[in-house]
This record gives sequence, C-alpha cells and structure tokens, in this order.
Amino acid sequence: MSVIRLQEVSKIYSRKISREFLRSFLSRRLMPASHEAFYALKQVTLDLKEGDSLAVIGSNGAGKSTLLSLIAGLSWPDEGKVEVNGRVAALLELGSGFHPDLTGAENVRLNAALLGFSRRRARDKIDEIVEFSGIGEFINEPLRTYSSGMVMRLAFSVATTVEPDILLIDEVLAVGDEPFQAKCTRKIQELKNAGRVLICASHVRATLRALCSRAVWLDHGRVLRQGPAADLIDEYERSIGGA
Amino acid sequence: MRYRNYGFLLANLILRDFRIRYRNMSLGLFWSLLNPLVMMAVLTFVFTRIYPNMAVPNFHVFVLCGIIPFNFFAVAWVSGTISVYGNAGLVKRVILPREIVPISTVLANCIHFLIQIALLLAVVLAAGYKINGYWALLPIVFGLEVVFVCGLSLITSALDVYFRDVRYVVESANTVLFWLVPIFYSFTVVPIRFHALYQYNPIAAVVLACRNILMEGKAPPDTLLFKLLCVSVLFMVAGLLVFGRLKRKFADYL
Repeated sequence: MSVIRLQEVSKIYSRKISREFLRSFLSRRLMPASHEAFYALKQVTLDLKEGDSLAVIGSNGAGKSTLLSLIAGLSWPDEGKVEVNGRVAALLELGSGFHPDLTGAENVRLNAALLGFSRRRARDKIDEIVEFSGIGEFINEPLRTYSSGMVMRLAFSVATTVEPDILLIDEVLAVGDEPFQAKCTRKIQELKNAGRVLICASHVRATLRALCSRAVWLDHGRVLRQGPAADLIDEYERSIGGA
Repeated sequence: MRYRNYGFLLANLILRDFRIRYRNMSLGLFWSLLNPLVMMAVLTFVFTRIYPNMAVPNFHVFVLCGIIPFNFFAVAWVSGTISVYGNAGLVKRVILPREIVPISTVLANCIHFLIQIALLLAVVLAAGYKINGYWALLPIVFGLEVVFVCGLSLITSALDVYFRDVRYVVESANTVLFWLVPIFYSFTVVPIRFHALYQYNPIAAVVLACRNILMEGKAPPDTLLFKLLCVSVLFMVAGLLVFGRLKRKFADYL
C-alpha cells in the first residue's frame, strides 16, 4: 500500500500577493488566464511505500520545502491530489514550536504535545528524550542560551521519539556535530527498518547518501529525475560542477 | 485527520503563554488585580465626585461588574486576533489543528479572568452583599462570554492573516464598545428602543447578568440568558466555519 501518493500536484504562488491583495484577488476572479502565476511545484507525481526513504535534491527555490509542507498537510495543493496515510512528524525548521524564554525541559514537553503525545506518553518519554539529546545539565536553562546545534539536538530527539509513520526532515540535520549526526543516522535507520517512511531535503549530500535509498531531483518546481539515491546524487553533483 | 486527544496540547499551549508572559515580570499576577482596581477607582471618582450619580448605590461595585467582563473581552479579543500571525512559526511548520492557536490564546487570558472574577466577588462581599443561589449561574454566564470571544477571535484571527489591518479594526471596536456596553451607566437609562440591541451584545448581556446576580440578588431574565446563549453559540459555529475555510491558505500568506 502506498503511504504517500502525489498525483500531478501543483502549487501556485501568486506574485505581489500581500501588497496588493485586493487587486490580485479581483484580477484573479476577473481575468484568470492573464494572471501572473508562479509555480512553486508543477505536476509532481510521487509514490512512496513502507520503508521507503526519499532524498529531495535541487537548488534553492526548486520547491523542496514546498513539497515537504504539502506532504505534511501544512499547505494545500492548487492542482492534483496529495494522499498521506499515517502519522507525520516534521522537522521543517530548526526548533519551530520552541520558545526562547522557556527552558529546554519545558520546550520538550511543549514540543511533545505539539507532536501529538498524550500526557502519559510525554511523562514516560521525557527522560529518554533529554538523554538522547545529550543536553545534560543545561536542560533547565532557557533555550535562548543554547547554541543552534543544541536546539537541533533537542528538536530531533523529540521528533524521533514520536515514532511517526512518516518523518520529514528539511535541512536541519546539518547543524549537529559529527557524533550526534551518527546517532541520528542510527535512529533513522531504526525507523526505516520498522517500515517507516523518511523524506529528507538537504544540501548535505553525504547525509542523503547515508540515509536515503531513493531520490527525486527538483528543478524550478518540476521533477527533473527520479531514481536510486546514489546515482542521482552523483549526477546532481556533476551538474553543479563537482563536490 | 485521525482523532487525537488535544487536551494535553491545549494545556501546554496555555501554559506556554502564561509562562512567557510572567517569566520576565517582577510583579506578575499582581497586574491582573491592579488594572481593574485602578479603573474602578478612576471611574468611581469621575461618576460620584465630578458627575454625582445618586441613582446607583455602591457605584464602585456597579462599575467593577462592568469593567471585569469588558476587560477580559477586550484583551482576549485583541490577543486572539493577532495569535495566528504571531504564531506563524507554529502555523507554518508544525502539524496541528490550527483552530487551537486562537482558542488557546483566549483560554490563556482566562487565567487572569478567573483572578479578576475572584477580585470582583471579594469586592461584592466586602460591600455587604450576601452570597445567593443565583451565584451558581455565574460560571454559565462567564463561560458563554469565553465561548463568544473564542468564536469572534477565530474569525478575526483568520482575517488578520490576509489583512493585517484587522487588528487595528479590533482595537478601535474595543474603544467604541467601552461606551456602548453599560459599564459606567445603568441599563435603565438606555432608551427602550435600544434595549434589544444591548441585549444581543453578549458583553452587555454578561454585565447586566452580573449586576442582576451580584447586586440585585435576583436571576437574570430568561430572555437575556437565552440571547446570550444564542449569540455565543452562533459566533462559535460561524468562527469554526470561517476559520476552516480560510486556514487552507494560511501557509501562503504568513
């Protein structure tokens, strides 16, 4: 059974959207064809099954983040259909949902709630999360005193403890140090072995090679190629002129 | 979306707002008490010394019955309105039912509301009024006000994402409402033909019901409670519908 299926999905961003909202609204209503539309994604088709791991590659603005937020259900497609079966956990931005004035422990609790933990599960898992993060005694200090690597450790630790059916990661892994990245890789392997789906968008190609078996290469919102991760990443590297 | 128990999430979001607000303050909850007391003192001074008003005994209790429901309404509505924009990070990047953002913001304000209601009851008792059976209606009356503010905030917070002007409209509306809710004047001086208009305004209805219960020791008229119930539920339903419709494009506008 497909866990994620996208059929000819397009996402349009209208230009000048906020500055001239009323005017663009009217012109879209009155002259739909002449409107300046910008496709963040154009006719993307994807099919992912249990245990699949997909690397999303492409230059800045290619549509990687848009793709992830559509799958996460955070935005809606303008054309096509997005089907997602299962609980999604998303790490789309470093520490989104974290608040700088709260302590690490308070943020873990809040984030666990945001990711759908029940009260009991949060209580049971909180020590495990804190331990995995390796933050140690700083856990009771406000988050604003943390380095970005420490914030990422915490965010990743919470997100993977949810044991989601689908884990979406956008770029955030890059900030951890090497031992922690190795730890993350092991954790993600465990999730994959348990049949979970992973989608990872990144420019750190070594990470993608280690984590993903398949890849999709986006270019200006279109799927340029799809295939085995190793081959596609090689090809992508050649196209941008070496490592 | 699959069913999930959102109680824990709601509790955590309320706690977050509360912690953030008080962590960096030295006086903390004391502010919740100070503001209505100052307003009470000023309005009592103006309307008993400058414009002597003999018709209303215990003017300070009378005016506090108006200030406290109104204050909650005004503050919760503004913070509810800006909540979706203010939590853009959550709304754009975290998978959660977005309705919970304005609702938790309004509910976080309820903590102050409860403290202020306790203050009101203390002032009522100190003025020599006795506890009566109708006090049991107070949670319903205040509860309906909260429902109303949640509904209203769902609408304005969703609109605020598209038009940032909405928050200024809300602030202006609050200033206007301060005069159109019988806070410092009695409902009896309002001409009869405007009575229905006042009673369909949930905040005016709450103020009137408060005075009935706390100062006159009688039940609020059934018609008043019924109108309060209808308008509050109507706004909640409308709020959920409007928000549900507008939330699909939030990520594109934030």
